[in-house]
Amino acid sequence: MPDSPAMTHGTQELANSADPGNAANSAHPEHPPYLLHHFESAGQQADAAGFAMWLFLLTEVMFFSGLFTAYLIYRNWYYRAFVAGSHQLSVVWGTTNTAVLILSSFTMAMAVWCSKTGRRRELTLCLTLTFLLGLGFLGIKGIEYHEKFEKHHVPGRHYSLQSFLYPDSDAAARAAGDRPLPLDDARHTEVYFSLYFLMTGMHAAHMVIGLCILGFMILRARAGAYTAGHATFVENFGLYWHFIDIVWIYLFALLYLISRH
Amino acid sequence: MNEQNEGAPHIIGPRVYVVILFALLAGTALTVAASFVDLGAWHLTPTLTISWNPVVALAIATSKAVLVVLYFMHVRYSSKLTWLAIVAGIFMFLTLILMTLSDYVSRAWGNW
Repeated sequence: MPDSPAMTHGTQELANSADPGNAANSAHPEHPPYLLHHFESAGQQADAAGFAMWLFLLTEVMFFSGLFTAYLIYRNWYYRAFVAGSHQLSVVWGTTNTAVLILSSFTMAMAVWCSKTGRRRELTLCLTLTFLLGLGFLGIKGIEYHEKFEKHHVPGRHYSLQSFLYPDSDAAARAAGDRPLPLDDARHTEVYFSLYFLMTGMHAAHMVIGLCILGFMILRARAGAYTAGHATFVENFGLYWHFIDIVWIYLFALLYLISRH
Repeated sequence: MNEQNEGAPHIIGPRVYVVILFALLAGTALTVAASFVDLGAWHLTPTLTISWNPVVALAIATSKAVLVVLYFMHVRYSSKLTWLAIVAGIFMFLTLILMTLSDYVSRAWGNW
């Protein structure tokens, strides 16, 4: 395709000889500023970026599935300890956080729509809401972590078996009707909390990274970026944000819910 | 791949997003409610029991995830290449889980 812009551009001699009267123009044919020279069209560029984003998400799936597999195996091994450990989590905070994250996914999806339809002010609003909801999620997670530190349920030297050996002394264990665990079972609750902190911690780390990128996007969106026909960055960040949401949907079910009945 | 973008790209509007939002919130309420009910267990063999609570919780979580992927992530209107990437991801995930579990279940066979 000798006439396509991608081919003509950069081969100045060819272009000059083909159209000497309009050398400057044919040397650098008009194209949107966001279209990189090695792509033929904006559509091709968006497809390539989107596919790359999905490949990245595949590596993320592999990363998290290792954690989920570990959880599955250990829960089967130390079933009683995992049930007692799970009873220490607050379903109320967990449910609130799930709702907060789902709402943030909604505002993010709306941000992508605003970006595609050229709504600059609404885009900034949606991104800001997503940012605040993400921050709220981390705040609630912080409250939960704080309680774990207070009760010495953080794995390590100061880990306490109190709630599991003497469940009557612990409000959460009492509420769940826990009976005292034998010492070896009680010690295995530390495995549950190791996985709890590892999985929710890795999830929170993804949120922190997401919030940093969101902050950057809000500043750029206020300056008018993303609404002039080039939504790829917002769209692909949206994929990342929704992926984090999906991970949490599973974490919520596995860590908080399945040992409740 | 190119042809699909050459035409008018499908943009999902706010109305669909609101519907999906409420479906996801309803799913969350449902899974929390179901978690407090003892749904019983299926005693397959003396050593293998399947408890229904985790099965139901994971089924609801998966339904929610499917809604997020299809609508929030626009996969319903995405190229075949995107579908291929997702199917590859699910396949790898299941392979990892099933291979690990088959080892875990069968390692001590004949030794008891």
